[in-house]
Amino acid sequence: MSIDPIIQSKPFAITLDVGTSLLNKTGTWRNERPVYLDRLPPCNHTCPAGENIQAWLGFAEEGDYEAAWRQIMEDNPLPATMGRVCYHTCEGACNRAGIDEAVGINSVERFLGDQALMHGWRIDAGSPTGKKVMIVGAGPAGLSAAYHLRRLGHEVTVFDANPQAGGMIRYGIPKYRMPREKLRAEVARIEAMGVKIELNTKIEDISTTRKEGQFDAVFMCIGAQLSRSAEIESDGKIPIHDAAVVLRDSELDNPNQLHGHVVIYGGGNTAMDVARTSIRMGAISTTVVVLEAQEDMPAHSFERDEAIEEGATLKYLHSIKRVNGRTVTLEKMKVSENRWPKPTGEFDSIEADVIVQAIGQDVDTAILQNTPAVNLKDGITQINEAMCTGEDGIFAGGDMVPSQRTVTSAIGHGKKAARNINAYLRGEEWVAPDKHEVVTPDMLNTWYYSDAPRTVRPMLDVVRRKTGFAEVVGDLDVDNAVFEARRCMSCGNCFECDNCYGVCPDNAITKLGPGNRFKFKYDYCKGCSICATECPCGAIKMVPEDI
Amino acid sequence: MTQISETKQKVKFYQTGTLTAGNRLLEEGHRSVQATVDRSNSLDCGHRACQGCGEALGARFAIDAAMRATNNQLIAANATGCLEVFTTPYPETAWSIPWIHSLFGNAPAVASGIAAAMKAKGRDDVRVIAQGGDGGTTDIGFGCLSGMFDRNDDVLYICYNNEAYMNTGVQRSSATPGAARTATTMPVGPEPGNDFATGKSVPLIAMAHQIPYVATASVHDLHDLEHKVSKAMSFHGARYIEISVPCPLGWGSKPGDTIKIARLAVQTGMFPLFEAENGDVTGVTKIRQHQPVGEYLKLQRRFAHVFKKENEDQLQALQAIADRNIKRFNLLPSGGEEE
Ligand SMILES: Cc1cc2nc3c(=O)[nH]c(=O)nc-3n(C[C@H](O)[C@H](O)[C@H](O)COP(=O)(O)OP(=O)(O)OC[C@H]3O[C@@H](n4cnc5c(N)ncnc54)[C@H](O)[C@@H]3O)c2cc1C
Ligand SMILES: Cc1ncc(C[n+]2csc(CCOP(=O)(O)OP(=O)(O)O)c2C)c(N)n1
Ligand code: SF4
Ligand code: SF4
Ligand SMILES: [Mg+2]
Repeated sequence: MSIDPIIQSKPFAITLDVGTSLLNKTGTWRNERPVYLDRLPPCNHTCPAGENIQAWLGFAEEGDYEAAWRQIMEDNPLPATMGRVCYHTCEGACNRAGIDEAVGINSVERFLGDQALMHGWRIDAGSPTGKKVMIVGAGPAGLSAAYHLRRLGHEVTVFDANPQAGGMIRYGIPKYRMPREKLRAEVARIEAMGVKIELNTKIEDISTTRKEGQFDAVFMCIGAQLSRSAEIESDGKIPIHDAAVVLRDSELDNPNQLHGHVVIYGGGNTAMDVARTSIRMGAISTTVVVLEAQEDMPAHSFERDEAIEEGATLKYLHSIKRVNGRTVTLEKMKVSENRWPKPTGEFDSIEADVIVQAIGQDVDTAILQNTPAVNLKDGITQINEAMCTGEDGIFAGGDMVPSQRTVTSAIGHGKKAARNINAYLRGEEWVAPDKHEVVTPDMLNTWYYSDAPRTVRPMLDVVRRKTGFAEVVGDLDVDNAVFEARRCMSCGNCFECDNCYGVCPDNAITKLGPGNRFKFKYDYCKGCSICATECPCGAIKMVPEDI
Repeated sequence: MTQISETKQKVKFYQTGTLTAGNRLLEEGHRSVQATVDRSNSLDCGHRACQGCGEALGARFAIDAAMRATNNQLIAANATGCLEVFTTPYPETAWSIPWIHSLFGNAPAVASGIAAAMKAKGRDDVRVIAQGGDGGTTDIGFGCLSGMFDRNDDVLYICYNNEAYMNTGVQRSSATPGAARTATTMPVGPEPGNDFATGKSVPLIAMAHQIPYVATASVHDLHDLEHKVSKAMSFHGARYIEISVPCPLGWGSKPGDTIKIARLAVQTGMFPLFEAENGDVTGVTKIRQHQPVGEYLKLQRRFAHVFKKENEDQLQALQAIADRNIKRFNLLPSGGEEE
């Protein structure tokens, strides 16, 4: 081995010129290197609309509500609506729950949605492509698709049979949960982008309308408008209504059918909405007959609790057998081993003036009569990965396809369909980007998050809830919205707390300044991994060097 | 946007508060020196400390804070030890401040001399720091240190306490805790590791000299550490700060766990954080998440033997030390009651 002449010219054991240690590249000691990455927060991962929640909470934390709102609008065109009716699976997945309580994501979204309406913030349409898309159904799926397609520059016409847009948000979900002026304003914002909405227009046959209007592509999202009904033996003395019809009538100010002693059959959210509507309509009593046990009923516990607070009586583990005059005979059920309710042969009875069935909805598939290539299974339209039915250029989403049947998943479908339709119109194929690794609690260093209890949204007084359709759940104000946003731990995404930059014993991190995060000096990083351990949010990963 | 400044004034909650080094939501003045782009990096890249060295980290934290507090008019005298050897193997140095090394045991005396020279030259803008390891401080340099305190010389002495003579291969010092394994206190025999009821607390001895300021700090609590260093620089006369700096090599811990271990030393009560002025304790840093000592010890191989059944009394003795610290310094939040 030959000795480097420069080294040889120096005194014994001296290898460097007099000077700074910067000549000593300690990075060569390393066998693992830290890397910055953006992991996928569990809230984003579970959001059916695909919102980047962590990112918009990040803007809200800084008090930049408009930027936060624009970030939501990348994915979801109806934040004021979603901040009210979304079942917020994000909060169920939030890592903060392991410290104190989940971040009140939904309440901040609502706050941002309302801020946008207050300030009149708008979104622009994309530059025109000359392509025309027809959408059937102005429910959340249709509105979302229309919005996203318009941003991509396509011409969009939405047809809906109803006198107003919104689908089940308007004709199903009652006013006290979803004030109409908010929905109307959010729809108007979409129309202002140039989306045409043709109301009171029922489409009888997709292919004909498509041909007539020379539409390049179609998105079908007609929801599930038909109420299911159970076989109830009845002498016909008292009326038996469908939930969807009753709720729709209350929206249309049709004569009230919910009077006297109201009995509702079903244990889902729709049953709760009918019950709470009947209380507001002045029913003498409201009883909900639920097949399942309390812990098995499909309604969300908060909806059930609110209904009970307002005066509804829930009869769990009962089925309606028959109706004689005003007497309703109920059969008691018991929970079987697989938790399925089983008849017991024991009976009970209650009085009723009207019965409402709320046991589920089916899709009206008549519209598909001339599209034989569209594949149906149990009355549900089948679609492929690209949301396309078997028929060329006809896409479908929302409640009419296999889905969770929520507003949020409908909005997600609308977005995904828009991306695929856009690709179709351009003769391309849309490929979803790879998903990052989901952030689990063990990736966080929760020491660093200061303790902060969740902000509870105020609730309208029960007396006022019972007597009118005013909104039940109140708003966050500017202060507690920021507070709530700041409870977010920014799972897996650097929020510039400067900790890595602070804790490196080798000064091997460069701070790039606000918004630009940090950079490793790999010449000097020894790979000790303190930065990765002390990063609060798990945005640094150690990866082995190839040695 | 005006909204931002308005809400920033009103809202008191900042996500990670001052627990992290910086945080974009905090006003500049509430961020640590280490969070700033223009920190002096007094101890720069390329030094030869082990991976994850707590001493290297503590030294940059402390000296950068002192630089900020003195408007960069600082001279440091350094005792022999890792901090000297890993930063300044001739002909290179990682220090970007005026820095002087003489001997293992005389850093306080050298610093006293520098302070006297500065006084003679009328340079009252220049401030002096002496620094060293626990061996250099509690053992060999102890006489010089006590003299410096006694004369109330205008020097801040910083001890980086890693609880043994690390640079020469982990020998016991009078700051080594009971039961700890070192090269000279091996975990053999009926009472494995270092003896209990030996050693000394230099912070308490410093207080006994009634000097203007004494404090303990930890690399885990950056804001607290920087606060104490800048406060020390606001006094004249002799001052002493002891910083808990885990040593992965000597403690047998993972390099990445250095701060975690420092944090546990504080949260268990093993290393109480307090400050004292003129001999009286004036403040303590409360424990935020109290933990049993086992949580701290189990991350370090030097204590592995205390988890053996036959050494249970050692574990209890260490817990008793932590409990005594907690009581003595009133370390639990709201007057001693645990939440
Ligand atoms: C009472 C009730 C409460 C609910 N509460 C919630 C809730 O709180 N949160 C939640 O996430 N989900 C809730 N849901 C579910 C949610 O409303 C639906 O999953 C969602 O609205 C489905 O959206 P969609 O766009 O697929 O269909 P829809 O909202 O049903 O919209 C379909 C639209 O298509 C129109 N249409 C149908 N056929 C034709 C045709 N042939 N020609 C023209 N137009 C046509 C309809 O008029 C309708 O406007 C609730 C549902 C009900 C019934
Ligand atoms: C008078 C004298 N005796 C012994 C040594 C050898 N020596 C150099 S550093 C050191 C140990 C330093 O221990 P400490 O002060 O705790 O610092 P650390 O290395 O642990 O940071 C020893 C014994 C010396 N340099 N001078
Ligand atoms: S803490 Fe924030 S980023 Fe993490 S799951 Fe909750 S809302 Fe999402
Ligand atoms: S032996 Fe310990 S104190 Fe010395 S450089 Fe290594 S980690 Fe730091
Ligand atoms: Mg030492």
